[in-house]
Parts: sequence; C-alpha cells; structure tokens
Amino acid sequence: MTAPLLEIAGLTKAYPGVVANDTVSFAIRPGEVHALLGENGAGKSTLVKMIYGLVRPDAGSMTLEGAPFTPAEPRAARAAGVAMVFQHFSLFEALNVAENVALGMEDPPRPRDLAQQIREVSETYGLPLDPDRLVGDLSAGERQRVEIIRCLLQDPKLLIMDEPTSVLTPQEVEILFHTLRKLSAEGTAILYISHKLEEIRALCDAATILRLGKVVAECTPREVSAAHMAELMVGKSLAAPARAATPPGAVLLKVTGLSLEPATPFGTPLRHIGMELRAGEILGIGGVAGNGQDELLAALSGEARTTPGTIALEGAQIGALGPNERRRLGLLCAPEERLGHAAAPDMSLTENALLTARLRQGLDRHGFLNWNGAQAYAEQVIAKFDVRTPGAHVAARALSGGNLQKFVIGREIMQAPRVLVVNQPTWGVDASAAADIRQALLDLAQNGAAVICISQDLDELLEISDRFCALNEGRLSAPRPARGLSMEEIGLMLGGAHDMHEADGEVPHVPA
Amino acid sequence: MFRLEKRPMPSRVWIVATPVIAVILTMIAGGIMFAILGQDPVEAIRIIFLDPLFDERFASFSRPQLLVKAGPLILIAIGLALGFRAGIWNIGAEGQYIIGAICGAAFGLAFYPSENPLIFPGMVLAGLFGGWAWAMIPAVLRTRFRTNEILVSLLLVYVAEAILASAATGFLRNPDGRGFPGSRNLSQHPGTDNLELVAGTGMHWGVVAAFIAVIFSYVLLNRHLMGYQIKLAGQAPRAAKFAGVNPTRLIVLCLGVSGALAGMAGLFEVAGPAGQISIDFNVGYGFTAIIVAFLGRLHPVGILLAGLLMALTYIGGELAQLMLGIPASAIQAFQGMLLFFLLALDVLSNYRVRIGREVAA
Amino acid sequence: MMGIDPVTLIVALIGASTPILLAAIGELVVEKSGVLNLGVEGMMIVGAVSGFIIAINTGSPWLGFAAGAVGGAGLSLIFALLTQYLLSNQVATGLALTLFGLGLSSLMGEAYTGINPPLTPDLFPQALRDIPVAGPILFGHDLVIYLSILLVAGVWYALHHTRMGLILRAVGESHDAAHALGYKVIRIRICAILFGGACAGLGGAYLSLVRVPSWTEGMTAGAGWIALAIVVFASWKPWRALIGAYLFGGIAALQLRLQAAEINIPVMFLDMSPYLVTIIVLVIISSDRGRAALNAPAALGKVFHASG
Repeated sequence: MTAPLLEIAGLTKAYPGVVANDTVSFAIRPGEVHALLGENGAGKSTLVKMIYGLVRPDAGSMTLEGAPFTPAEPRAARAAGVAMVFQHFSLFEALNVAENVALGMEDPPRPRDLAQQIREVSETYGLPLDPDRLVGDLSAGERQRVEIIRCLLQDPKLLIMDEPTSVLTPQEVEILFHTLRKLSAEGTAILYISHKLEEIRALCDAATILRLGKVVAECTPREVSAAHMAELMVGKSLAAPARAATPPGAVLLKVTGLSLEPATPFGTPLRHIGMELRAGEILGIGGVAGNGQDELLAALSGEARTTPGTIALEGAQIGALGPNERRRLGLLCAPEERLGHAAAPDMSLTENALLTARLRQGLDRHGFLNWNGAQAYAEQVIAKFDVRTPGAHVAARALSGGNLQKFVIGREIMQAPRVLVVNQPTWGVDASAAADIRQALLDLAQNGAAVICISQDLDELLEISDRFCALNEGRLSAPRPARGLSMEEIGLMLGGAHDMHEADGEVPHVPA
Repeated sequence: MFRLEKRPMPSRVWIVATPVIAVILTMIAGGIMFAILGQDPVEAIRIIFLDPLFDERFASFSRPQLLVKAGPLILIAIGLALGFRAGIWNIGAEGQYIIGAICGAAFGLAFYPSENPLIFPGMVLAGLFGGWAWAMIPAVLRTRFRTNEILVSLLLVYVAEAILASAATGFLRNPDGRGFPGSRNLSQHPGTDNLELVAGTGMHWGVVAAFIAVIFSYVLLNRHLMGYQIKLAGQAPRAAKFAGVNPTRLIVLCLGVSGALAGMAGLFEVAGPAGQISIDFNVGYGFTAIIVAFLGRLHPVGILLAGLLMALTYIGGELAQLMLGIPASAIQAFQGMLLFFLLALDVLSNYRVRIGREVAA
Repeated sequence: MMGIDPVTLIVALIGASTPILLAAIGELVVEKSGVLNLGVEGMMIVGAVSGFIIAINTGSPWLGFAAGAVGGAGLSLIFALLTQYLLSNQVATGLALTLFGLGLSSLMGEAYTGINPPLTPDLFPQALRDIPVAGPILFGHDLVIYLSILLVAGVWYALHHTRMGLILRAVGESHDAAHALGYKVIRIRICAILFGGACAGLGGAYLSLVRVPSWTEGMTAGAGWIALAIVVFASWKPWRALIGAYLFGGIAALQLRLQAAEINIPVMFLDMSPYLVTIIVLVIISSDRGRAALNAPAALGKVFHASG
C-alpha cells in the first residue's frame, strides 16, 4: 500500500442555515481513481472547492504528499499539482481553445508553442481538438476536452472531475474512461465526482459516499451493487415509478418540417424536425447539452415563432401563435432553467403562479389581476406537490432546486394541459423530488395528456418514456420504442462520439 | 474584513430605511462640502432643508414653490420609473421635456391672440404628443434596429437643445419682442396660461397631472397585468418572454408613457412658472427626475415624497445662494451625492453584511 | 466646398477628435472587462476642471494634464467602489457619476471662468511643421495627440498580445469562469475602471487646456456620451475607435467651418449634426445581426458576486 497522495481530515464548512461539510475525512493514493458519490446538495461541490482553493474550510486539515496543504486560491492549488475539470462555468465562449487553455495555466508558453503542445497532448490521449477554434462553436463533449487538456498540460498529481459524463454520449464516455485509465496508470490520481452508479462501478477503485455533508460510507465500487450504493447515497430505498400500460390515443401534437435559426450567436439551429405525439404517451427526447434542446422548447412554447404549418395542436395550426395563445389551447411547457426562465427569482410564488397560470385559471379580469386567486392557486400547487416553503409569499430564489422544480412542474400540471413539454425536469434535483416529478409526469400521461420529456439523463428517459428519439445537432431522429433499447443503440442515435472520425460528419443512420 | 451574503428575499425594512439614511448621510457629507467652501455647515443645511418651510421670512414664498418644482419632477419620474423597472433606460427625458414644451407652446401661439378656453387643453395634448413622439425615436430604433436606447435618448437631448435655440431665436420668437430671443409670454395671456389653481399653494395643472400620474401608476403597478409584465420584464427578461410578454410592445409603451409625461411637464412649465420659450427655460428637471425616480425606489408613493424632497433642495439651494452665496452648482453636486449614497446603501436591502471572518456554525 | 482648406480641416479634425478618442479608448478597456460605466461625461468634465485649475495655478499644462487624469480616475473610484464592492446597478451608478460630475465641476470651476490657460506647445520644431501638406498633418500637433494614438496602439497590443489583456477579456466574457480559475475579478475590474477614468479625465483636460481653451460650465456638451457611442461603433476594437473618433471629429470640425463660412444651411442643423450622425452610425452598427456582435463582452453590465 503506497502512502496517500491527498489526505483529508475533519474538513468542515458551514454556510448560513446549512452545514455543507461536516468533519469529512478520506484519503486518495497516487494513481487511484477515487469516486466522491452523493446526491445534489450532499456537499460534493463544497468539498472539491476547498481542495481547489476556491473556498476556505472552517475547520480540519488537508495533507498533500505528507506536507500540510492549505491552498489560499486556485493558483496555489494548481502550483501544488491539483487540477480541476469543472461541470460549469470555466470556459470562455468568445475565446479560442488555446486562449482558454492559457487562462488555466500558471506560466503558459508562447501562443505558437502552446498550440503545438495542445495538438501533442490531444493526440497522445485521443482527444482531438483544434487550438484555433472558438469554444462557443464546440460541442459539449469537445468543451470538456478543452478543460481536460488544460489540466493535463500542467502534469497534475491529482485531477478532479466534477460530473464529467453529464454532457457526453455513451460513446464519448467510453473514450473519456479510456483517457482516465491511461492517466491513472501513469500515476495520476483522479477524484471523480458523480451520482451515476454504474459509471463509478466501471471506473473507480474506491468510493467515498457523502450524505447531507457527512461521510456515510466508504466502499470498493466493484465489490458492491449499484442498488446498495444508491441506498447509502439517498439514505432510503426509492420506489421505482409506477406505470400502467395504456394504449396510445389520438394524435395531439404534430410537428412537420420544423426549422429554426438560433436566436443567439452560439445557439443551435433546428433542422427539419418532425414528430407525432399521441394522447397518453410520453415521448422522451435525449441528447447531449447544446444540441438544440432550448431551441426546441422555445419553438414549442411559442417563445420563438415558426413558419405556419409546422406545428399543429389537435389539428389547429399554432406555429404563428405566442406562448399565451398556445396555453389557452392546452400546450404548456416547463423550461430547463428554473431561475430566470421558468420562474422570476425575486418574485413570490404567488407572482410566479401568475406567470403561466393566468389564462387557464382565470386570474385576471380585463387586465386587472386577481391576487387572491393567484395566491390560492399557488397554495394549491404547494400543497398538492409537497413544495417545502414557509408560504406562497416567499421569493422563488429562496427555495431549493428540488422544491422550486416541483412548484414549476406542479404549476403546469395542475392547469390540466393537453400537451406538456418539459426540459430537464429533474436536473439538479434531489432523488426523492426527482422521483415525485417523474411520477407526476407518468400520472399526467395516464390521465390522457401527452408529455414530451427532453432530458440529458438517459436513465430517466428509459424509465418514463414510451418512445425515445434523439436530438443531435438540431436534428431529431425517428422515434423508437423505449423498452428494450440498449445504451449502445442510444449512443449511436445521439451521434456517437462527436468529431472523432474525420469522414463521419453526417448523423449516423438509425435503423427504424 | 466584511463580506456580503445574499438575502433569500429583499428586506422590506431596508427598502424603506435606505432612502432616509441616504438623506441623512448626504446632509453630513454636504455639510463637509459646505465647510470646505468656507460656510458654517449647520447653518447651510438648516437654510436648505428647514428655512424654506419654517422660516417666516421665506415660507410664504417658498412653500408654494415646493409644489411648483415638485410637480414636473414627479410627473417625469413616474414615467421614467416605469421604464427603469422594465430595464428600459430612457435618460433623455430632458429632451422630451423640451420638445413637449415647444410643441405645446407652438400650438398655443398658433391661435394667438385668441382666448378660446379650448386652447389650453389643446396645448397640453400637443405637449404630450411632442414628448411622446420624441421618445418614439429611441423606441423605434431600439425595436427595429436594436440600437441602445440609453445613448440615443441622451444624444437626442442635445438635438432638442439645438431645436430649442432655434425656436427661441427663430420660429417662435416674439414678433413684438424687439428682436430679443424668447417667445411671447404664455403665462400672461388668458387662454394659454397655466395659473395657480388655489392661491398660495403653487398648485397648477401640472401638479394635478402629477398627482393623477402617481395614482394611475400605483394602480398599474400593483393591480394591473401591464404593471406585472413591466416588473417581470425588468427582473427576469427570459421569464417575461416565456410568460408571453411582448418586449417590443413594452419598450414602445414605457418609452411612450415616459416621453408623454415629460412632454406634458414641459408644457405645464413653459405655460406657467417659466412663462415663455427661451433658450434656457429648461433647468435640468429631466435629469433630476432620474434621481427622484431612484430615491423613490421606483415606487409611485416614494417618488411623490422624493419629488417633494428634491424640490426642497432646489428652493433651499436658491435660498442658500441668496443668503450665503453658496454657488448654485453646489446643489447639483449635493443631489448627485444623494444618489451615490442611495445606491451604496441599496446593497443592504438585498444582502446581509457580515463582519469578521467566516465562522463555523 | 469653397473657403475650406482640406489641410487645416484635417489638422482641426485631429484636434477635435482627441478628447473623445481618449475617453473612448478608456471606456473600451472598461467595457472589455465587463463593466459598463455611463459616467464618462462626468469623468471628462471633472478632468477638464481639475486639469484647468492645476494648469492655471502651476503654469504648467503638463501638470494640468496629469491632474485631469487624476481627477477623472478619482471620480471613477467612486463608481468602482459602488459597483464592485457594494454591487450597485451599473447603469444607475454611471448616471449618478455624470450628474454628480457636472455639479462638482461647476462648483470647482466657479472662480476659473474667463481665464486663458497656459499654452500647450507643439511637439515638433517649426521647420518640420512648415513642410507643405504633410507638415501640419503629421507634425503640427502637441504631445497629447501623439500620446492618444500611442494609447490606441498600446491598448490594441495589450488586449490581443499580452497575458494581461487575455485575462481582462476573460473577465469581461464570464466573471464566473474567471473566478473559478482563481482570477481576482473585482481587482481587475477596478484597475480597468480607474484606467478608463484617467483616460476620460485626460480627454477632458485636453478639451479645457487645448481645444477651447478655457473653462465653462458643462463644456463637454455630450462628448462623453459620444465616446460611449464610439465604443459601440468600434465593436470594442481599438483601431476602429480611432476611426470612429476621427469621423466624429471630422463632422464637428466641418460643421464649425461651415457655420463660420455662413453656408446656406440653418445653424440648428449644423449644431445638431454631430449628435444626429452619431445616432445614425449607431443604428447602422446595431442593425448588423452578424457575428460582429460577438465582440461585445458577454458579461457587460452584469453584477458579479462570488457566492462562496
């Protein structure tokens, strides 16, 4: 047994009202792939931020290679050999790959040498990347490569990876694992943060499980079952959502030849999207982030108008209608971004109830608002969907992600939609809230409505959807029955590994 | 060291308290400024804030002036606040004010020397239309070409001033004025005059309009869908679009209303207290109204109070100029300082200040 | 047009453009760091009055220019503290800066109206300036004009060829990402704001010491706002800011000459022409929906608060 590379003892960090980390201790050996496992809000991010010098612990100590390790800032952590691949927020879209890499290095070489180094490293580890391209033009998987290469150029002893596979197709995940195994064999330790159990079992040598800021267990992932780890992580066993098979009804929503130019410079254009949605069914739309999910939701919600004749709701053409007219006809949506899109952060839940429910719940008369009615509706949603809040007067941003998401989904479902479109309904939501939300979607379909669930969580889609299709670079594949689909097949539908083969620019043909 | 922690909800106490504290801090800082200018700070502050209201020598003149000066400030600020809440920054109210005054005056003078009682209402409408039209320029450029409305509305102030100079010395010049610049006096001619309605109060039609605007805006913001959409668009533009708010309509509405109110304010001023179109009849109400809107927390009732306070600093400033020889520009600096303190203290409504290092709970 | 000599027009154009160019290049750096400071007009006029006062009292225009830069930077420090530490709204704070600056400057300059400042000498000897055509255009200026062009070159080089510039652009692109990588977002932005204030102040001092040359209340007359417009016109590119400023200076110089020549155009239209042209140019630039918009710093005007 080698001496530990990084040893963490009794790390504690508290924020007002919540102890993010409570005397957390564990150790990582050189070359080890160590999983940090836990639900959203279990304290994983705070812990790695302390290791990376972004947050200072209140108590406890860290030891790196036998010496005390107290990084005051990320620069110090990087100098000590700790590198980190972020889940969000660390790339600059308007800068090119080489500039992005240089920003993450202490002493970057001259631009020309750096570009050369990037090419070399990307070749060595099988991560092709052009140093001159703008990051904004890259796919999610390619962006991750930028971050990984940025780390590798600094020869890290410890590489921290925060939820790295959430933006990858199954094929891209395989490539990433290959790279990580190679690094590990070369002696680099990897701290791998995830809540995806099968991945951890496939990749990691050891796992530390966090729940509510505390270490609840340590295990060797290969030797325990995923179900066991899930129970340790969540603290109870969760019932799989219940569903009864219903025969699909009449066509409620029909999309034909929907194309749309993006509204933002780095957006994805939609290309010839077609689908048919029947009463009582859930259509799952999978895809890696940035392949047109937001644009598709905007086209369906009415935030982006489309050419007439492309979208029909129960036979009526709605492509030229705005969000409220579509709501009146029974097409409701819940966008991905809760704060700022689905809900206004600084407004109360009552005001947020009004945001989408005004028309169908009759909350105004000649433009004059019925605040009592809005409050009553908000309270109904809160009660029915078990939203934990002191009341309807509380600002949306004061709610936890899971509670706000339950409110947002509940607000739409309780308006009895004919068609409901949700994007990433359980993103960043704790497991029990996620289970509630999925069950609510299933119940809605059971009662005769149709649901489109856009999600990057493939497990979720396989669990709740009747049919599955993939959104890839703004194109939607033909749907296939969800039951019996393998990850391999889904991966191919999602476009396989992006930009790994030079001749393979086209979307792979998917047999129907 | 101290650090900031975002509050889960804005603090209602601080929202009300910050303007009051800001005024007190401004008095202190202003006192220091006056001391540097070689004046007795306590006396200067007393003359500015108390004497206009309570000193027997001045109160009979000053008290009515309060409403005379607050009227246009409130009227303009109410309009600006609607836009500011929606994230639409009309900072060219001064230009809309000038154009409103010119249009209104031109309408009245076109019928000179008729004394028909319909002329004055017509002037009000002309002023309203002038201000609205001038504000429509940035509105249309913003909605059609996405041109920044801040810069356009502001640059149009200078264009309006060029038109004003031309009006005063050219097309509206008093033909009987022996060549002096300036139009005929509107306030001394029955039919075009905006007179004091109740003697000794300073209440003229512009003040009445300001009060109506306050009530109208209060109802709009608190009870009406349009007010809800304005607030939503300002706080969360994406959510507003999701809620079906049409951004183009909102820009046209907010700029239009604020332009119309500023134009009306200009007309009331030129037909009343100012009396005539002259090269410099405008005294910067369009800019001071920006301070009034913020000081009043963009809230109608707050704007009412802030307008009165700001009017007081104008009157007190004139008094201080008379009594102590404090330059008029000192008051402008004083008003700017007030806005600084207010913006600085704003942080307290949305954040908690924690002193000391982070401590484990 | 008759009566207007192109060579003197070009010389006048360069002089008329310099205050705006200085202010614009400073604001360009500020905006590249993700901060929108609408207080340019206020910083310029405070620079104008501070520079004027010091130049009168010391008799040295150079100390005056330095004082102008210090005055502008001093005022921008208020903006920096309010927006970076107290997280105030940048639009409102910038407006406050302009309103306060206008008041403060007329207060400071009360005793200085109607005085002539010490003369700022031209840089090159008479012999060079006497060369026909090229002489006045290339050599007929004072140090500040050459400095302003050097500043444009320096900012261009720094932004695109130095690490400092890369970090500045990164902060303006995404403060969250820059913070996550360990860059001191607030410190970097404060430096940019102070630089912008110093440039605006220097531009203001050039106005009161060379262009006019005397002190009058509100003498900047919208120059600061035009500088802001030029930054947009330039799509945040330094050399294009130079073109924009010279274009504007050309119109300002031309309209003054047309007024003097008593051409048959109403004075009103000549007076408003610089502002109208600026608006028209803004419209043309902003209606371009292409990827030119990418140059706009993505985090422009957004409040940064590191949450932990």
